[in-house]
Amino acid sequence: MADQIPLVDYLVLGDSPHLVANECTNCGARYFDRRNACASCSGLTFTKADIVTDGEVRAFTIVTPWVPGAAPYVPAVVDCGGTSVRANIVNTEPDAEHVTLGMKVRLTTFPIGTDTAGTEAINYGFEPAN
Amino acid sequence: MANDDIWILGINMTKFGKHPNEDVVDLASEATLAALADAGVTMADMGILAAGNLMGAAAGIGQQLQKQVGQTGIPVFNVANACATGATAIRTVIMAIKAGECDMGLAVGVEKLSGAGMLGAGMGPAASDEWTPSGRLGAVSGLEGKLGTDMMPGVFAQVGMEYGHKYGGTSFELFARISAKNHSNSTLNPLAAIQKDMTFEQIMAEPMIAYPNTRAMCSANSDGAAAAVLVSGEKLRTLSKEQQRRAVKVSASVLTSDPYEEGCQILPNVNTLTRNAARQAYELAGIGPEDLDLVELHDCFATAELVHYDNLMLCPEGGAVDFFESGAPFRTGSTPVNVSGGLESKGHPIAATGIANIWEICHHLRGEAGPRQIEGAKVGLAHVIGLGSACGVHILEKSGL
Repeated sequence: MADQIPLVDYLVLGDSPHLVANECTNCGARYFDRRNACASCSGLTFTKADIVTDGEVRAFTIVTPWVPGAAPYVPAVVDCGGTSVRANIVNTEPDAEHVTLGMKVRLTTFPIGTDTAGTEAINYGFEPAN
Repeated sequence: MANDDIWILGINMTKFGKHPNEDVVDLASEATLAALADAGVTMADMGILAAGNLMGAAAGIGQQLQKQVGQTGIPVFNVANACATGATAIRTVIMAIKAGECDMGLAVGVEKLSGAGMLGAGMGPAASDEWTPSGRLGAVSGLEGKLGTDMMPGVFAQVGMEYGHKYGGTSFELFARISAKNHSNSTLNPLAAIQKDMTFEQIMAEPMIAYPNTRAMCSANSDGAAAAVLVSGEKLRTLSKEQQRRAVKVSASVLTSDPYEEGCQILPNVNTLTRNAARQAYELAGIGPEDLDLVELHDCFATAELVHYDNLMLCPEGGAVDFFESGAPFRTGSTPVNVSGGLESKGHPIAATGIANIWEICHHLRGEAGPRQIEGAKVGLAHVIGLGSACGVHILEKSGL
C-alpha cells in the first residue's frame, strides 16, 4: 500500500479515520486550524479532541463548477455531535432530491491523487448514512 | 438640530454597470464632485476624507482621488472592510466629526468589478511535485471544491439553507420569488446595472451558480462609485435653509463584527452581527423596525435577503418566510425592501455599495426618487455586510424643516 498523507492535518488516517480539533481547555471551543489563542475566551491552551464521525447536514449548496463538464460538488456544514464541520457531501447524486437538510451522514475518506514520490493524498467527505 | 447630531449634507452615486473608459479614480471623482455640488460645499470645507476601493486596497484611493479633486492636506483614511467598506468610510467620517476633530467630512467608495466572476478564496497553491502541508490547516492542496467552498455564491447559499433548516418554509422557488421582487423594482431605477423585469420562473431557469442561487439571484459585479458629505448639526445651522431642508439626519450609525459562536469559523455567521447592529441602531435612533418607511438591505444573493428580514427584526424571529409571503417587503407593502432593485439588479461595486444604499434612502427621504418614490418616506434603514465579517447599519431621517 502506498504511503498516505491527509489533505489537511486535522484528518487522522488509519483503521478508523476521524477528525481531530483543537479544543480550548478553558471554554471548550473547538477549531480545526492552528491556533494562537481562543476566539471565544482568549485562552491560550488547547487539547486534542476527537470528533464523532456521524453527523447531520445543517446547510448545503450545490456548486456548478466553472470548468465545462466538471461534476457539481456539494459543500455542506455537518453537525457532528455539536461540532460544526465543513466538507463536501459525497457518494450520492449532487442534486436537491438526494441531498436534503437534516440528512444523516457519516465520514468517509478517499484518495485525491498521488505525488511524484508515490504518496497518496487522502481527503474526507460525508456520505448518506442510510 | 442638536450640535452633536450628524447629517448627510450631500450624496451621490454614479450609474452602476460597465464603465470601460473610466478608471476607479474617474468614478470616485465623478461621485465626489457630484456629492460636493449636492451639498453646496467644496473640498476646501472638508476636514477629513475616508475612502475605500477594496480591490485596490493597497493603492491609497483617497490620495489618488485628492490628486484629481483637491489636495487640501486633510487627513485621509483609506479603509477596507470587505462589502462593508463604504459604510466603514461613512462611519469613520462620523466618528471624526463626533470626536470634534472637524465639522465636515467626505466618505467615498469605488470599485471596478465588471467581468470579475465569482468572488471568494482562490484555488490555493498549485499542487507541487510532492505533497507539502502548508497554511493553518496543514493542507497539501487547494481546498476549494474539495472541502466545501469559499466562493461567495456557495457561502451565502448555505446561509439561506441553514435558515430553512432552522425554521422551515424555504424552497428554491421562494428564493427565486424574492429575487423577482428586486428585479421588478430595478425597472424604476435608471442607475441600476440591470433593469430587466424577470418572473420567478425565468429566474429559476437561469444557469445555476450555487443551489439555490441561479445567476439572476447573485449580485451583479459592476463598476461604480458613491460619495457622501457629512456635517455636524452645529455647522449645519450656519448653512442655508435650503441646505438644511435637504440634509438627512443620521439617527444611528453602527458598525459591528461577528462575535464568536460555535461554527462561525466553519460557515460565516452573518446573522448575529447584523442583529447586534440593528439592535444598537434602533436603540440609538429611538426608532423601531415598525417605524421604517423603507429598507435597503444587503441582498448580495437572494438567500441573504431572506435571513436579513429576520436579522434586522423586520419580522418576529423565525418569521422571514411569512414576512415575505405577506407582501410586506414589496414596494406596495408595509416595509418596502430594496426598492432600488437591490444588489441583484442594481449591482454591487463592493466599496461603493455601503454608500449607494444610503444614497437610495436619502433620495426617498428628500422626495427626489421620481417614479420609484416611496410616498411620504420619513425614515429608512441601510444595511451592508462584508464577509469576514463587518456589518454596517445606518438609520436615516428626513429633515424636519
